[in-house]
Amino acid sequence: MIRFLITVIRRDVLLAARRRGDWLTAQFFFVMVVSMFPLGIGPEPTMLRLIGPGVVWVAALLACLLSLGRLFADDFRDGSLEQMLLSPYPNSLLALGKALAHWVINGIPLLLIAPVLGIQFGLPAEALLILVLSLAIGTPILSLLGGIGAALTLGLRGGGVLITLLILPLYVPVLIFGAGAVEGAMSGTGSEAHLSLLGAFLVMSLLVAPWISSLALKISVE
Amino acid sequence: MNLYYFASPATFYPLAGKLVPWFALLAAALCAVGLYISFFVAPTDFQQGEGYRIIFIHVPAAWMSMFIYVVMAFWSAIGLAWNTRLSFVMARALAPTGAMFTFVALWTGAFWGKPMWGAWWVWDARLTSELILLFLYVGYMALQAAIDDPRRADRAGALLNLVGVINIPIIYFSVKWWNTLHQGSSVSLTRAPSMAMIMLWGMLIMALAAWMYTIAVSLARARTLILERERQTEWARLQLEGQA
Repeated sequence: MIRFLITVIRRDVLLAARRRGDWLTAQFFFVMVVSMFPLGIGPEPTMLRLIGPGVVWVAALLACLLSLGRLFADDFRDGSLEQMLLSPYPNSLLALGKALAHWVINGIPLLLIAPVLGIQFGLPAEALLILVLSLAIGTPILSLLGGIGAALTLGLRGGGVLITLLILPLYVPVLIFGAGAVEGAMSGTGSEAHLSLLGAFLVMSLLVAPWISSLALKISVE
Repeated sequence: MNLYYFASPATFYPLAGKLVPWFALLAAALCAVGLYISFFVAPTDFQQGEGYRIIFIHVPAAWMSMFIYVVMAFWSAIGLAWNTRLSFVMARALAPTGAMFTFVALWTGAFWGKPMWGAWWVWDARLTSELILLFLYVGYMALQAAIDDPRRADRAGALLNLVGVINIPIIYFSVKWWNTLHQGSSVSLTRAPSMAMIMLWGMLIMALAAWMYTIAVSLARARTLILERERQTEWARLQLEGQA
């Protein structure tokens, strides 16, 4: 079982490493969206410091959605997804592996870029630490929940926009608690409560999301 | 008489056709009585003045917006479990009405908020979660519209519907969990309501009217959905020819 999981993750990460253009697009999208806000709002430092955590978090959601469209689509098009679904291992394990691979490919780079963007918004050092920490707990949730949307919209026309409509409402709690943790660290009210709730969400989505994704995959593929 | 008898589209279609006018009539009558009470019988509130009368629309609409989503989730669960075609049709027929009530609740809430809070909109927990409910309805309908194969559309929509149902308790308890601007509930089953009896009656009658309206409209919508899906069958063809 664990070997199957590792194989799924290894395969996707390897494919992404061979096609660097694909996943770098989402990372640059993240950087660019965040950079648009100071240009649109104006370079007032106090204002930027206030909106910084929220802007980075919203951009992370959008970057994640951008790359989710291809989570299952490539394998679906060449037929390998059906072969994988026929394997003797549970399908939820496949969905879990796919989501984890998505996080490794798209989530971890976001964590590494986020502090640099935070500095641009003038966030203090301890807030940067919390920003990375909240993203580290939050982005796996984005990948896991996004897997449900990717599976439901598999092979549909306009699937990219549709996935946004379906999944963004589900991302709301993650956004609130993720950005709230950083704001808590900056205003001195503490961020432990927000981070614990994020952790609870992570555990919940680890348990439930792969199972729902596998059901959705079955509906979409049959 | 077996209840499952009406689980077949061919038998449900005429039954729904017979029920629609009755529920529509009931809705119209209850609405007339409810509006009369809320405008002419219910006294002016000593704190909020005449502006409070918006609750006679707002509260029933908000109740229905949540209730319809739960009913949709119920039909979706039944449909996924027993693979009954009619349950999916019911869930699908309810969605536009639910979205309409959610929108009405938000809109009338804004009208109430402007004189009472001094703001059309605040990012309060209950308002935000009601807005998310509207997004969930829109997502459900968008997914249904994007999938051509009705079988897949039904099942995919049902799954999304069941995932979204987590939001309903969050809306309902938001005023208790977070101490926010939106006032707590004035109506409860376990204690005496904190409002005048006649105001409560007006609100309950309006809620019943909204409920009957929902049944009438969703049955009518279910009928057209059934006809569309069963158009290749003999009985549907006869129906269509009879109407022409």
